[in-house]
Amino acid sequence: MPNTKPLPRPIRVLVAKPGLDGHDRGAKVVAAALRDAGMEVIYTGLHQTPEMIATAAIQEDADVVGLSILSGAHMTLFPRVRKLLDAQGRQDILLTGGGIIPPEDIETLARQGVGRLFGPGTPLADLIDYINAWAADHLE
Amino acid sequence: MEPHPLLATLNVDHPAVLARAISIVENGRSGFEQLLSALHPKIGRAHRVGITGPPGAGKSTLTHELAAAYRARGLTVAIVAVDPTSPFTGGALLGDRIRMEGVALDPGVFIRSMATRGSLGGLATSTREVCDVLDAAGFDRILIETVGVGQSELDVARMADTTVLVLVPESGDGIQTLKSGVMEIADLFVVNKADRPGAEKLQSEIEVTLGIRKGNALRRIKGHHGVSFKKAGVKEAPPIPEPAGWEPPVLLASAAKSEGIDAIVAAVAAHLAAIGATGELVERRRRRLALRTREVVSRAVDRWVWREASTEALIADRIDDMFEGRTSPYDVAALVVAGLKEGAL
Amino acid sequence: MRDGNGSAADLASRLADRERELAELTREVEAWRAEFGRLPLRSDGNFTSISGRSAEPVYTPADLVDTLGGDGLLPGRFPYTRGIHPTMYRGKLWTMRQFAGFGTAIDTNRRYKFLLERGQTGLSVAFDFPTLMGYDSDHPRSEGEVGKCGVAISSLAVMETLFVGIPLVQVSTSMTINGPAAILWCFYIAAAEKQGVDIAKLQGTVQNDMLKEYQAQHAWVYPVDRAMKIIVDMFEWGAEHTPRWNTISISGYHIREAGATAAQELAFTLANGFSYIEHGVARGLAVDSFAPRLSFFWDVHNDFFEEIAKLRAARRIWARHLRDRYGARDDRSWKMRFHCQTAGVSLTAQQPLNNVARVAYQALAAVLGGTQSLHTNALDETLALPTEESVRVALRTQQILAYETGAANVADPLGGSYYVEALTDTMEREAEGLFAEIDAHGGVVKAIEKGWFQRQIAASAARFQDEVDAGTRAVVGVNAFVEDEADRPLETLRVGQEADQTQRERLARLRAERDEPRVGRALAELTRAAEEDRNLIPAMLDCARAYATLFEIRYALERVYGAYKEPVFF
Repeated sequence: MPNTKPLPRPIRVLVAKPGLDGHDRGAKVVAAALRDAGMEVIYTGLHQTPEMIATAAIQEDADVVGLSILSGAHMTLFPRVRKLLDAQGRQDILLTGGGIIPPEDIETLARQGVGRLFGPGTPLADLIDYINAWAADHLE
Repeated sequence: MEPHPLLATLNVDHPAVLARAISIVENGRSGFEQLLSALHPKIGRAHRVGITGPPGAGKSTLTHELAAAYRARGLTVAIVAVDPTSPFTGGALLGDRIRMEGVALDPGVFIRSMATRGSLGGLATSTREVCDVLDAAGFDRILIETVGVGQSELDVARMADTTVLVLVPESGDGIQTLKSGVMEIADLFVVNKADRPGAEKLQSEIEVTLGIRKGNALRRIKGHHGVSFKKAGVKEAPPIPEPAGWEPPVLLASAAKSEGIDAIVAAVAAHLAAIGATGELVERRRRRLALRTREVVSRAVDRWVWREASTEALIADRIDDMFEGRTSPYDVAALVVAGLKEGAL
Repeated sequence: MRDGNGSAADLASRLADRERELAELTREVEAWRAEFGRLPLRSDGNFTSISGRSAEPVYTPADLVDTLGGDGLLPGRFPYTRGIHPTMYRGKLWTMRQFAGFGTAIDTNRRYKFLLERGQTGLSVAFDFPTLMGYDSDHPRSEGEVGKCGVAISSLAVMETLFVGIPLVQVSTSMTINGPAAILWCFYIAAAEKQGVDIAKLQGTVQNDMLKEYQAQHAWVYPVDRAMKIIVDMFEWGAEHTPRWNTISISGYHIREAGATAAQELAFTLANGFSYIEHGVARGLAVDSFAPRLSFFWDVHNDFFEEIAKLRAARRIWARHLRDRYGARDDRSWKMRFHCQTAGVSLTAQQPLNNVARVAYQALAAVLGGTQSLHTNALDETLALPTEESVRVALRTQQILAYETGAANVADPLGGSYYVEALTDTMEREAEGLFAEIDAHGGVVKAIEKGWFQRQIAASAARFQDEVDAGTRAVVGVNAFVEDEADRPLETLRVGQEADQTQRERLARLRAERDEPRVGRALAELTRAAEEDRNLIPAMLDCARAYATLFEIRYALERVYGAYKEPVFF
């Protein structure tokens, strides 16, 4: 763990599974792992549209939004969610996620305000460390 | 004092502001009590409905259906869905939104998931305060969904104007398994998943139990006996009880199929009207204000005693003496209280 | 077959002999263990399968319970442990069937011709996610996903394009579609009619296995009981009109990919199969009228012998239950025909060339397990849809197996291996145990409603992930033999937004040009058929012929049936 300073409150993470595919195994494993790491995880289920994800993140006052995208639609979905969050004044939300995403797309998305994206086979500890490190600097 | 910066736009049309205000209250961030204090004149308009029951009873689905029904009547709805925090990790998995997809994009609906956390002052207090924020924001109905298994969840349910207890036919040995105290808090009962076998049996079991409590086990049975599922209230509204004395109705529903919802909406409204007519609503709300004041005092005292004063240090200092028998927990406690009173701690 | 030379006394004396031999053998094994059991083992050894099954150091006849002999001795004989055909691959090789589809129908049609020209023998259609969920390409929920992971087929018109220049009377086509399976099947039949094909000659498979969708894969549309009704409609109509078409492919693949163990894949899939049989029989269909058209689809994972044993056990269990429990008399009902695909979930993004080796071993297991058709994954499928280059390597892997290794020369070459036979017996016993558990939960549909399967699968998935994270389960290139320097990036297939645009334009044109009143009448008739609980296929086929779109047809039923709502299980 890079940060041992206790946080003032649990990190709130919205885990969403956008797109029409039903591959929610990854999203559910991540949701459970983040809970076990002491976070409050709001899980919204399958087939979420960007509008549904952004609305939920706003209402839940999420600190972090994590998307699991395996359908190849990442270049549409990440920017759309980012834009909807920003439009509600939530530029502060960390948008991260994982899936089958080529490195050049990851770079493009990073330039559009998307945080780290995790590929298949990434240890869950990497994701947890990443969110904890971010929270240590950003959580109020 | 400066008005809180969030106050001006704290309403249904500004979900991000509302969400942030709720976080401030939920996290007890500095200034949260001032915020609540400033909101106080605006609360008391919303009808707060608690929805509780065992896991798997279909509470989220029913909550969703009720929200949709209120929206169809032009009312705005806030939903507070409470799920347990893991006592081991402090984390929580909040999945109630999955069931509420049908109203997720409706701007007249605001959904907030809450973890029980074990916060200072207790879950019940902070949930009540979150509801106050939603009430002040102008929502017409506030639906509070909790798992009815622990004392703190019971407290949450008890804070509502109307409490709905949701049960399902297959919940073990019928109502025997219900924690004592759960039956008593319900203003109305919903037997959900009523298309499954055993629904009517559970319905009459509840009615018998309620009758026993009133000293007449079979009095309530007659009207429903032998009546089919549809006639028993799924399609039609139940008979509205006399406002003088509220008798909790036992309704059949199949929330996943949107059946029986209108009857529940009608019964919830009837309950509010009944307690309104008898003056009980006013009485409940007055009692709650006194209760709230006590809670806030307790919270402040707790914070003072356990966080601000050096109580813990004094206890730590005397552990050895207590262990060796040179002093007792009672002597040390008396010392603490005296020290607090004199401002010495 | 019994040799028929034994009197009762003879049999008793032979049994006594066998018992003596076994006792002697057991003593010998114990002595062997006493002598060698303490020898140091390698420190990085994990002698359990990926499903968590531990293996003994060696197997002997003492481990055999259901010893081969009598009925099971030969291929083509009940209960078909050694294969459903007497000649196995000497008579006919397995069908090399690579799952493919992306972009527009024109792109995919080109890929099919590429594969057929290179010796592939069957087609397998991969649909995009909107199609899999029953949405048209111009539906708002389809945005960003059209043509991305498969081909978008929103109407008969696009289905016609998909098979331009491919005579449907000659190829067999497998379609991986479930929620809206009946609709896509109607598009296919209507496309064949347009080609002038006698539909009674159509060969192929529609996956149509909804039970595993609720359990694992999640491409659902209607509630469970309505989905089962549509499936039985297809059994009934297909038995009469498309007798060479497999109306279902009961799939363990997705259950396994979601994290199930080999034994769970085996048992859950077979239990689903029995459930389909029971639903068909409940409709009043004779079991032998539709059971021969039920096919299966298995995942072939890394643990070589466990996978082979799974396939052998699957055949044996199906044959026994169909004959003895469901009273099937036609031996075609007893024979489990199946397709295999190598395990997508076993591919790694790290050092992707290693995947070629994984796929080759898995393919060998599928063939030694006696599969009827096989898809070999391409090495880049964990990164993107496969390129022509990577698909060619995958297909060549099968051809090397078929023509160079000699693996196809003998039926069930591992039959008689102490280990494989013992493992086959064990897996059969485990499956029977799981059937009893499913029954205790009230059967497959009830257990789905309770979330039992979902939780079992999730628990297995979590156990595997924990092993990988802890490093006790080696995955080469991921947690073992890791390369520090970045891998040479692989050229991957990029599917752009063009498919989206093309599809929208086509749909707009279709809606403008078709006979609108005819479409309206056909859809209204389908809704009526649903309300009156008639067999839906004739009305649905008329919708297809009238160029009603996928979503229009889906919705005509949804108005009556409602939609399935996702349950909440972790």
